[in-house]
Amino acid sequence: MGYYFKTEKMSVGYQGRPLIQDIEIGLHKGEILTLIGPNGAGKSTLLKSIAKQLKLIGGAVYLDKKEMAQMSGTELSQRMAVVFTEKLKTELMTCEDVVATGRHPYTGHFGILSKEDYLIIEEAIELVHAAEIRNQDFTKISDGQRQRVMLARAICQEPEILILDEPTSFLDVKYKLEFLSVLQELRIRKELTVIMSIHELELAQRVSDRILCVNGEYVERFGKPDEIFQAGYIKSLFGIKTGSFDEENGIMELEPSRGSADIFVIAGGGSGRSTYRKLQRERKAFITGIIHENDLDFPTARALAAEMVSVKAFEPVDKIALERAKKAIDSCSKVICCRKTFGSLEIANKELLDYARQSKKVVE
Amino acid sequence: MRIKKKGDVSTMQKSRKYRYVWAFVFLGVGAVILLVLNICIGSVSIILPDILRTLAGQGNNGTIARILWDIRLPRIMAVIILGGGLALAGYLLQAFFHNPIAGPFVLGISSGAKMVVALVMVFLMGKSIRITSADMIIAAFVGAMLSMGFVLLLSRRVKGMSMLVVSGVMIGYICSAITELVVTFADDADIVNLHNWSQGSFSGMTWENVKVMAVVVTVTFIAVFLFSKSLSAYQLGEVYAQNLGINIRLLRIWLVILSSILSACIVAFAGPISFVGIASPHLVKKLLGTTKPILMIPACFLGGSVFCLLCDLIARTILAPTELSISTVTAIFGAPVVLWVMAVHKKERAA
Repeated sequence: MGYYFKTEKMSVGYQGRPLIQDIEIGLHKGEILTLIGPNGAGKSTLLKSIAKQLKLIGGAVYLDKKEMAQMSGTELSQRMAVVFTEKLKTELMTCEDVVATGRHPYTGHFGILSKEDYLIIEEAIELVHAAEIRNQDFTKISDGQRQRVMLARAICQEPEILILDEPTSFLDVKYKLEFLSVLQELRIRKELTVIMSIHELELAQRVSDRILCVNGEYVERFGKPDEIFQAGYIKSLFGIKTGSFDEENGIMELEPSRGSADIFVIAGGGSGRSTYRKLQRERKAFITGIIHENDLDFPTARALAAEMVSVKAFEPVDKIALERAKKAIDSCSKVICCRKTFGSLEIANKELLDYARQSKKVVE
Repeated sequence: MRIKKKGDVSTMQKSRKYRYVWAFVFLGVGAVILLVLNICIGSVSIILPDILRTLAGQGNNGTIARILWDIRLPRIMAVIILGGGLALAGYLLQAFFHNPIAGPFVLGISSGAKMVVALVMVFLMGKSIRITSADMIIAAFVGAMLSMGFVLLLSRRVKGMSMLVVSGVMIGYICSAITELVVTFADDADIVNLHNWSQGSFSGMTWENVKVMAVVVTVTFIAVFLFSKSLSAYQLGEVYAQNLGINIRLLRIWLVILSSILSACIVAFAGPISFVGIASPHLVKKLLGTTKPILMIPACFLGGSVFCLLCDLIARTILAPTELSISTVTAIFGAPVVLWVMAVHKKERAA
């Protein structure tokens, strides 16, 4: 199986001192690889080394079976483009001028742009939806716009592979989604291979074909998103001590409230999440139930509840669970019911509410 | 909205082209006017018809012919060549350091060149050896590289554009102090010469001088022009220049060499001249409205020539027959430009 991009025992670092060692990556054409890992783990170092901005400490990188160390500057510039966190220095340059700098590897000795070059610039500007800002000064546009122009510049270079360092970090949610959509479009239209670092785990999970987890001296994991996002892994990768990250659903929750629970929350179907979080903010511990494992409330309940009465997905609520829930209500002084009406498949929760009223609990 | 055909040159680009053309026309016309004024005005005023007649070889006035051929024309040629070269050196240094207030004078490069030239002059004069233009240029080049080396070493340690300039100014002071010391110990006869020159002046140029400087500056100019594409990538920052296939190390070495040759050539013939190297590129940039090297390189040269023609005219005439040192005049016009650049940059960074 021939990989388009491949590293062999690559070691990267500064001044001869390795930071990450024996990195093995294999990517097919048109795949998107994201690097995730804690701050300072060496993601940027890895990306800079791949882009030949830093010397490799050891090993080799292959592009299309050719070793990158053997490639000339011009050859590499026609195959690989970068969008790094370093700001592009411009003075008196419009966005279109900036995009046009991507044509540099293809122009003649004096860098005069041909008609064909202008067509490619045009196409790149349209692709990132930057037509309305093309004549504006590059230093006077927003972060979101700037990042799109940088992407257009990289596209102009007509690369086969694109290296991006935290391209979405300073973008608001609209631009984040837009930016990643453009990347997906590029991969479909031009079979562009992408390697990028990203901080938003939930986005990494959605956009990537492969994920590389960088932590400490070695690459911890390299694989498909579902191989990486296994229960408990993110917590250990980032050394999360407060709060939690639900790998299956991409949901983050803060640290649960401590202490003995005095509140019972009847929830289900996603009706309980906002109540759970409200209680977390008020630092009140609570018990919740009865939640099916496939319920929308389940991930948040698992992260925040002091105790949860749950039953397996697609199974009816059994006697044991019901008794446990009733016992829990006995131990609490207050019951919050998030359900306004009860469907025919949640008779158990209705029974709990009636039970709470019978036992004269404060019911909200 | 106007519907645009693909590949069409936009109106924006057209209006920019007009601006470039007008900028060059403006500089060209300015150069011609100042050239004529420089020929005509002086301790002896010469009217235009006389000049044309003399140039055509029909003049019967020997004095006018001599003033024209032996004094004014070589001086004007030197002003044009050295002024342009100085502006170009400033432009290269600004590009090299990504620093808008860099120039051969403020970075101490001119003073370094001056120091070595003074040392060589005093040493050789003491032995009664005649100094050629080539000797002077080589000595100045050695001095320029020496200062440049120090500035480069310091630039690795000090961050920020103002600190770099302060370091350069300090280097300049050290070199000037050594020069003063050497001049003090030189023989009386040499001092006058040395003193005039070390203040910076375009006076006393010979055709021989002009020939040498024309060759050096022309060759350097062509070399710089050939680097214009690489420079345009380098301006974006090293990370992106490297990704565009530029050999950064090689380019940086060339920039150092070329800017040092230019600075050295100017110092060798006219002594240190302040502020032309910083001010001209900025004024030209404002005029052009772009930083594209392919336009900036020739425009800078032209702009530097115009700037120096104006300053030399003032230096020669304002207190005639006493001549002001050229740096006095260039500082008056150039220093405010530097202040303005610093103020604008502060504002931009704050925004």
